[in-house]
Amino acid sequence: MIEIKNVFKSFGGNQVLRGVDLTIKKGETMVILGRSGCGKSVMLKLIMGLLRPDSGQIFVNGDEITLFKDSQFNKLRQKFGMLFQAAALFDSMTVDGNVGLALREHTNLSEKEIEKKVAAKLKLVGLSGVEQMKPAELSGGMKKRVGLARAIAMDPEYVLYDEPTTGLDPIMSDVINELIVCLRNTLSITSIAVTHDIVSAYKIADRIAMLYEGKIIFVGTPEEVKRTDNPVVRQFVEGSSQGPIETL
Amino acid sequence: MSKIPFAHTPENVFRLVGRKTIAFFEDVGGLAVMIKEMLWGLPKAVTRFHLIIEQMHAMGVNSLPLVALVSIFTGAVTAVQAVYQISDYVPIRYLGTMVGKAVMIELAPVLTALVVAGRVGAGIAAELGTMKVTEQIDALQTLALDPVEYLVTPRFIAGVLMLPILTVFADAIAVAGGMGISAATLHVPPHTFINGMRSFFKSMDLFSGLFKAFVFGGIISIIGCYQGFKTYGGAEGVGRSTTKAVVLASVLILISDYIVATILFG
Ligand SMILES: Nc1ncnc2c1ncn2[C@@H]1O[C@H](COP(=O)(O)OP(=O)(O)OP(=O)(O)O)[C@@H](O)[C@H]1O
Ligand SMILES: [Mg+2]
Repeated sequence: MIEIKNVFKSFGGNQVLRGVDLTIKKGETMVILGRSGCGKSVMLKLIMGLLRPDSGQIFVNGDEITLFKDSQFNKLRQKFGMLFQAAALFDSMTVDGNVGLALREHTNLSEKEIEKKVAAKLKLVGLSGVEQMKPAELSGGMKKRVGLARAIAMDPEYVLYDEPTTGLDPIMSDVINELIVCLRNTLSITSIAVTHDIVSAYKIADRIAMLYEGKIIFVGTPEEVKRTDNPVVRQFVEGSSQGPIETL
Repeated sequence: MSKIPFAHTPENVFRLVGRKTIAFFEDVGGLAVMIKEMLWGLPKAVTRFHLIIEQMHAMGVNSLPLVALVSIFTGAVTAVQAVYQISDYVPIRYLGTMVGKAVMIELAPVLTALVVAGRVGAGIAAELGTMKVTEQIDALQTLALDPVEYLVTPRFIAGVLMLPILTVFADAIAVAGGMGISAATLHVPPHTFINGMRSFFKSMDLFSGLFKAFVFGGIISIIGCYQGFKTYGGAEGVGRSTTKAVVLASVLILISDYIVATILFG
């Protein structure tokens, strides 16, 4: 379980998060919606301890990680996988090196077992035969999927997806959606997915939260989102330029 | 902010001095923390031998041609100018002594370090800086790896090992260059040159230079890594960090050269 309580975060004069409250239950997939630049990626980084909040608390499995020292995060992070918005692949390493890095560093598996595991994870994201390629040789969507394979390589308990389907073709998007659903159903992974893709959100979410003006203004199941009369949420899911959300 | 050029009101000057002072102490503190973490990572680094080898290759083997080129001319110019400086009052058979000592104690370690700072220090800052701005360093952390342990420690080990090795090569090549030019244009045959070198040689000459190289190697790696980690702001930021890494490493090499010389010879 991940609990975010009254979290504030600003960069210089730019107040990004202004009192975020959100609880992600064990085994559920929480989708976070919100406009570009509203602080969704920042939220994920706060949960991973890559950024520190200005105030407020974050709990993971009851541990208050906001009190952790930098050195205390590593144990926790072994239970987490994170897919970065821009994939953030290590460009000095091959695909195999990227996906297998955590396995090589944190487990005693033999090289053969690691290669098998890497190939299996790549297959899950619809890739094969790319192990020896460098990230610079991959397309944007392929990078994203390698990033996803790397995030789930250690079979984490928690996965944070930052826009998992952005830049993928519709068919591949659906493959990834299926994968996220499948990970939740079979391994009961707890996950948070940031996305702008409403179709994907409806498909993968147990609950959907909307981040708006630094706060979570709505949390509900996909059904509740479809039926809501909250004007901000309505405008967002309908993708309309008319409504309470200012476009300037 | 005032738009008039040079309109430094007293307040602006104070603010500038204050800002620079704070930035300086932030850097000193940040460097100290990084060095501490880097040293903690030393035991673990042994298990990542391949990373050290990779860095040794990048720093050492790939720098060799440039170091060789610089060394040949260093040796040659030292010989030519030594003849000009001493020929009136020192017998020419001591030419080898002068060139050998100048090269081993001072010229080879310092010039090698400056060349490597430009080549490798810049490379480290650019690579780590790019990793920083493309979130690869964050990604490393999400995989429960410590970026300092994983990236800085191998570069530090490679730096302190490879600089002395490169300096040995530089010593040999510079002496050869000096000897060659002496034979070719200065009418000092090689055996005279060598005899001159040998007659006053102290092992301290060689080892003081190698100790300097050890220190310089550490400086180049640490400063490159520190500037890389501090990078922000895209490609422009990477450029800024790279420049800073080279300038700062070069200055620190010269300052520490003085300090080490004072300790060893003072
Ligand atoms: N490291 C940083 N330094 C300064 N400002 C930052 C930093 N990271 C994020 N910001 C600012 O925080 C705000 C939120 O950024 P964030 O990346 O979380 O947006 P987002 O909701 O993920 O948007 P998108 O959907 O476009 O990815 C932005 O205004 C951005 O300028
Ligand atoms: Mg984002």
